[in-house]
Amino acid sequence: MDISSDAMDGIERLATDGRKGLLGLCAAESGYTLRRPLLSSFETAPIAVNCEVKKMHENIRPIPAIEERKDSIQTKGRTRQELKCDTDSVAGCVSQRACVYCGARVVLNPITDAIHLVHGPIGCASYTWDIRGSLTSGADLFRFSFSTDLEELDVIFGGEKKLARAIDDLTAKYHPKLIFVYSTCIVGVIGDDLEAVCRAAAEKHGIQVIPVQSSGFAGNKSAGYRAACDALLNLIKPEDNQQIEKDKTINYLGDFNLAGELWIIRNYLKRIGIELNVAFTGDSSYETLKTATKASFNIVQCAGSMIYLANKMKELYNIPYLNVSFLGLEDTSESLRRIAKTFNDLEIMRRTEELIKMETVSIIGEIQYYRQRLQGKKAAVYVGGGYKAISLIKQFRELGIEVVMIGTQTGSKEEYATINNLVNDGTVIMDDTNPSELERFILEKEADLLVGGVKERPLAYKMGIAFIDHNHDRRHPLSGYAGAVNFAREVYSTVCSPVWKYRKRGDKNEKAEQKFPQCERKSL
Amino acid sequence: MKKQSRSFRNVSENPCNMCMPLGGIIAFKGIQGSMTLLHGSQGCATYMRRTISEHYSEPIDVASSSLNEKGTVFGGEANLKKGLENVCLLYQPRIIGVLTTCLAETIGEDIQRITADYKLEKQRPELPIINVPTPGYGGSHSEGYWHTVKKITAGLAKETPKHSKLNLIIPHISAADIRELKRLLRLMTIEFTLLPDYSDTLDAPYAETYQKIPSGGTSIEDIATMPGAPATIELGITVEEGVSPGKYLENEFGVPLYRLPLPVGIENTNLFFHTLKEITGKEIPEEIQRERGRLLDGMFDSHKHNFQGKAVIFGEPEQVFSATKLCLENGVTPKIMATGSRTRKIDQLLAEELKKFEHVDQETVILSDTDFSIIMEKCRQMGVNLAIGHSEGKILTEREGISLVRYGFPVHDRVGGQRLLSVGYQGTLIFLDRITNTLLENKYKNYRARMFEKYYPLPSPAECELKAR
Ligand code: SF4
Ligand code: SF4
Repeated sequence: MDISSDAMDGIERLATDGRKGLLGLCAAESGYTLRRPLLSSFETAPIAVNCEVKKMHENIRPIPAIEERKDSIQTKGRTRQELKCDTDSVAGCVSQRACVYCGARVVLNPITDAIHLVHGPIGCASYTWDIRGSLTSGADLFRFSFSTDLEELDVIFGGEKKLARAIDDLTAKYHPKLIFVYSTCIVGVIGDDLEAVCRAAAEKHGIQVIPVQSSGFAGNKSAGYRAACDALLNLIKPEDNQQIEKDKTINYLGDFNLAGELWIIRNYLKRIGIELNVAFTGDSSYETLKTATKASFNIVQCAGSMIYLANKMKELYNIPYLNVSFLGLEDTSESLRRIAKTFNDLEIMRRTEELIKMETVSIIGEIQYYRQRLQGKKAAVYVGGGYKAISLIKQFRELGIEVVMIGTQTGSKEEYATINNLVNDGTVIMDDTNPSELERFILEKEADLLVGGVKERPLAYKMGIAFIDHNHDRRHPLSGYAGAVNFAREVYSTVCSPVWKYRKRGDKNEKAEQKFPQCERKSL
Repeated sequence: MKKQSRSFRNVSENPCNMCMPLGGIIAFKGIQGSMTLLHGSQGCATYMRRTISEHYSEPIDVASSSLNEKGTVFGGEANLKKGLENVCLLYQPRIIGVLTTCLAETIGEDIQRITADYKLEKQRPELPIINVPTPGYGGSHSEGYWHTVKKITAGLAKETPKHSKLNLIIPHISAADIRELKRLLRLMTIEFTLLPDYSDTLDAPYAETYQKIPSGGTSIEDIATMPGAPATIELGITVEEGVSPGKYLENEFGVPLYRLPLPVGIENTNLFFHTLKEITGKEIPEEIQRERGRLLDGMFDSHKHNFQGKAVIFGEPEQVFSATKLCLENGVTPKIMATGSRTRKIDQLLAEELKKFEHVDQETVILSDTDFSIIMEKCRQMGVNLAIGHSEGKILTEREGISLVRYGFPVHDRVGGQRLLSVGYQGTLIFLDRITNTLLENKYKNYRARMFEKYYPLPSPAECELKAR
């Protein structure tokens, strides 16, 4: 293989700089000799930071203004007790979280040929119309917004009849095989019997009409994930307990095909000789989901939303699962290897190594280029799920960036424990945070960039720091090797943009001002 | 001309509007030192923050009382009070707006009483809390907006000695439009109170230190003295009287009310300045006269291009009305005028305007309380080649190939929605240029290929025969 010397240089540097990860392994296994031995664990190796500019604020102990939020924030190395998570949001704290309905919609929305009918007032549907970047290779009915648009009278007299008529109209117009009916808050209160209406409609039209119990107030976003998983279980259930014959394919849980991410991973799997059966739920359809139970095992990426489904499928259909993550070089290669291993097939394993080598080599030069310019920067992270957060810590490490603040909307206890293990002492960890806390810790920790979604973006820019979009609205893939380069490029494009040079000079910013023009190549 | 409303339908497909509290949040953003709290479940607040953030590129901090199951069953009083207290701790607002959502309204929360109780309990008698019932199912965001502006006015206005500051009440327009209105009034040396002024809060300049509640907005003191104004100009002719803040000031305090359309288009802008002149007796300065001249010059320059336009115009009623006028004046044919709002007033107003222009002899249709599935269907039937409205209209581009001139709210697939200038003579011309250039771009995109296909090949005998007949 023809490897440019620059790229090779990159492999070596990455491999020897203390965060070996997969690059190191890849280089080592592919027979390139390294001048220095690899370190075996990245946890123990501190990140090189230009200490003169960036002294940690050791003496600031985060004291949240709101007593109730206290246990949901901790600093690694200083707080012993477990982080409080998976609770209801605190009133008045401007939580960044959405609702049960939002969680359910995120998971089910990518099912391409389904009608997603929101039973409720218009707003809930308006705000979620085609806001996500999921792609389809077939039908695109899922991009339409359907709502029963409940009005005052419906609220008083109940919305069941209107819902039934809505389903009639939609069936006549679009001939769908599958309709999801989402309940919203007021439906939960006015007491419409969703189950009954859906059952009757299904019978009448001979299609599947699945109620999604997603009344917004009944828990948080995680409850919505669960409601969606229940709806999916309902959908994949084989008819009349018929025995499904297993084949050698696998299902992929927790990829929503944002900007084609699913296709990227599916093709990797194909290249190493593994056939993907169906993904939950990126680019899936009624027909493909119906075949889900024949797969020999499941890989689970977005565990926060899908672990419940994975466990159920194991229990009901005897399909074991494996947690994976395709975010970042390290996780991608590692996940591919673990998937290959479960097949216990030498040919598959050989092809996997070949693919890892080839893909890594093809991007390492570019990643190295960015790394040289990003080394020593500090990141603050606030994302939806735990798996994303965990992967981001590693991904930033691949770029020489330390995560100094990290939080999620719906992370679980286990995920927070992993996060705690991965980050350096002094890193602030928080659950279900709000703009005030974000602002405070970004300042305290002197973060150079924030990772978040649409609501967090303007906060970062108002504070004059870089920002990375990491949400379901994005239009560029972050999965796999292609995604790893995209990510690095995005970080570089925002952190090293010339615009930050023009932030006004003032007491506080002077230091920061000098820092930015230094996005230049640094010797490692 | 036909009128049509959706009310008989069972399902809304691809909505053209949002819900009431969103409009309420925008209105409160225009009040100095204010924070808003949505009484209801967490999701509504988050969705609205997200939607507003996308358009304005500003952090939108809106609290929620985060009602959970318990609060929903046993009442949300405790949640609301805790929410208010936490907002006070975190933001130290000068004024709080409490808006309800569908959920709070459905379970019958008495926010008036709860917030009054809260003030007593926490000994904050001087903290103004404005309560606005805005159930999402009660109307669109533009109804929520007007309803809230009226409540704010009613909550803060006090009997005041007469003074010379004119009241100017605006619909939901861009931050740039607000700044332009202020510039024009200053040019005319007119003192004024503009309500609600979110031109800074929703389009804040970068500052070294971040402010949780951005500075700017109409001050509580200014709103308090609105009853002493010589007159109110309310840029909202489509607004129902029941929710009109200007009407309230007229009824309660006898402030003369002038209800005008948005000054978009030459006629509406003329009307705006003539009214200002009539009220204040001040002359229209040379600078503004020249801007008017420049607009006319531009209209003449572009008129032939504009005559090719067959437009669908959609969005909030006030915007639809003014954009329709602009089209009419310039020879663009408004084919479809559509709003997701339920206001009935706009139908009649539009119908009258359409009658005045001769070039609109073809079929036109006015849709209220409508959605994009209906709009799209009509576009297909009526040969529309231009869309004017907010970003949700991108579906028309994607599916029907109709180019969209972005105007109104939300603009989430382009930057600068908050900076779109469309009012006054100058703004009108910029807006008109956007329309003309879109038509031109379409024309030149495949002009050579089209002409070649049409005229290069020798027509077949059959075609010739067809023509001869
Ligand atoms: S329609 Fe009602 S429930 Fe839905 S987002 Fe608006 S206020 Fe909330
Ligand atoms: S009403 Fe409920 S379901 Fe709808 S957006 Fe609000 S919280 Fe979510």
